Amino acid sequence: MLNQLRPYRESASQTAGPYVHIGCTPNQAEITGVWAEDLGARMLQPQTKGERIVVEGIVYDGSGAPLKDAVIEIWQADAAGLYAGPGESRGAADPAFPGFGRQATDGDTGLFRFETIKPGRVPYDDGRLQAPHISVWIVARGINIGLSTRLYFADEAEANAADPVLLRVLDPRRRGTLIAAPAPGAEPGVYRFDIRLQGPDETVFFDI
Amino acid sequence: MRNSIGDQRPFYPRDRALHPPAFTPNYKSTVLRAPQQALLSLESSLSERTGPAFGHGLIGALDNDLIRNYGHGGEAIGQRIVVYGRVLDEDGRPQAGTLVEFWQANAGGRYRHKKEGYQAALDPNFGGCGRTLTDQDGVYSFRTVKPGAYPWPNGVNDWRPAHIHFSLFGHAFAQRLITQMYFEGDPMIRQCPIVRTIADDAAIEQLTARLDRQNTLPMDALAYRFDIVLRGRRSTVFENKLEGN
Repeated sequence: MLNQLRPYRESASQTAGPYVHIGCTPNQAEITGVWAEDLGARMLQPQTKGERIVVEGIVYDGSGAPLKDAVIEIWQADAAGLYAGPGESRGAADPAFPGFGRQATDGDTGLFRFETIKPGRVPYDDGRLQAPHISVWIVARGINIGLSTRLYFADEAEANAADPVLLRVLDPRRRGTLIAAPAPGAEPGVYRFDIRLQGPDETVFFDI
Repeated sequence: MRNSIGDQRPFYPRDRALHPPAFTPNYKSTVLRAPQQALLSLESSLSERTGPAFGHGLIGALDNDLIRNYGHGGEAIGQRIVVYGRVLDEDGRPQAGTLVEFWQANAGGRYRHKKEGYQAALDPNFGGCGRTLTDQDGVYSFRTVKPGAYPWPNGVNDWRPAHIHFSLFGHAFAQRLITQMYFEGDPMIRQCPIVRTIADDAAIEQLTARLDRQNTLPMDALAYRFDIVLRGRRSTVFENKLEGN
């Protein structure tokens, strides 16, 4: 079977729209009683292995205004660097960690917040270890196709310097848009990851 | 044919020409929200070729029945419909056991959302969200009411055609997709600035569900068929020789 025979075309994306919360975070949108808990709302259990962290931030539009109607999803490895889903063949991931999180940005402030663990390192296809990172996907009104980016950690400077994906970002200033730093004035373990859709500090988005 | 669950091969590059570009000024909200730099193409790694799995334990008995899943004993008002179809990849492989989420306005075109200002009435028995898992053949189905069209603040008098929002996970984060389903025969589809963010006519057709009289529920609901295609996985001749597929 050769690749040219690909018989179907991917369905086209359409914006998630301003009411994405009805489908993706209904309880947060005050649609209660359909299901008990929003998908991806809770990533941690008491027995989850790994260093507890918080990732928070704001998505800014081209005028510098926060997106108050976005939904952010994250996907990450467990503390040992294993993924919970299908496609992971290196071992069994922590059964107490789903690897997937979903949060709406706050309707008043635009802040999003994930309580998770710091992921372990995952190999690239050539065997090099990637630096610890979290895959991030952003949808909202005005975003026609979900935006993919990655979050890395400022306190992993050595691993970041050798990360095969970060090395693909040739401009060091743009590389910095992918790196979450400890949030100023916050408790240890709280990382700030702001996402800018436009402007001189526009976040690097990937075609994955 | 290889089961796509647990497959580790990389994906076909996304055909960006059939998707809407980020910047589509006739849909005004994109103007400040479209990234302006080129996307950085990434040779996928395990981080993109894996994705979350959701089990049947997640899904409640009424999750795929929007007519009854919000009301407390009452049923939603409107044209009763069943929406069903297959989730495939670009090679036609069924995407089994994948989560499909959907949300929509009620029959009057009103969303149950605090930021929604349209004057059409809320239906006390309609929440507007549902979800289901595809079966081993990639088939999903749910029952709902046909959503109404509604006006929205873009142009002075822009209306959205009746539509249902869909969210699909596939088996890898690289397959993640959110889209919208339209209804066959609706003249408002081609008038909609959001639909028209898609330049490719066939791609719009592919988002249009077909009335399917063969699968109506007699004396209950009309049926619309909507198949969805997610990204497929690349194979190489060398790999084919190795694995004999």
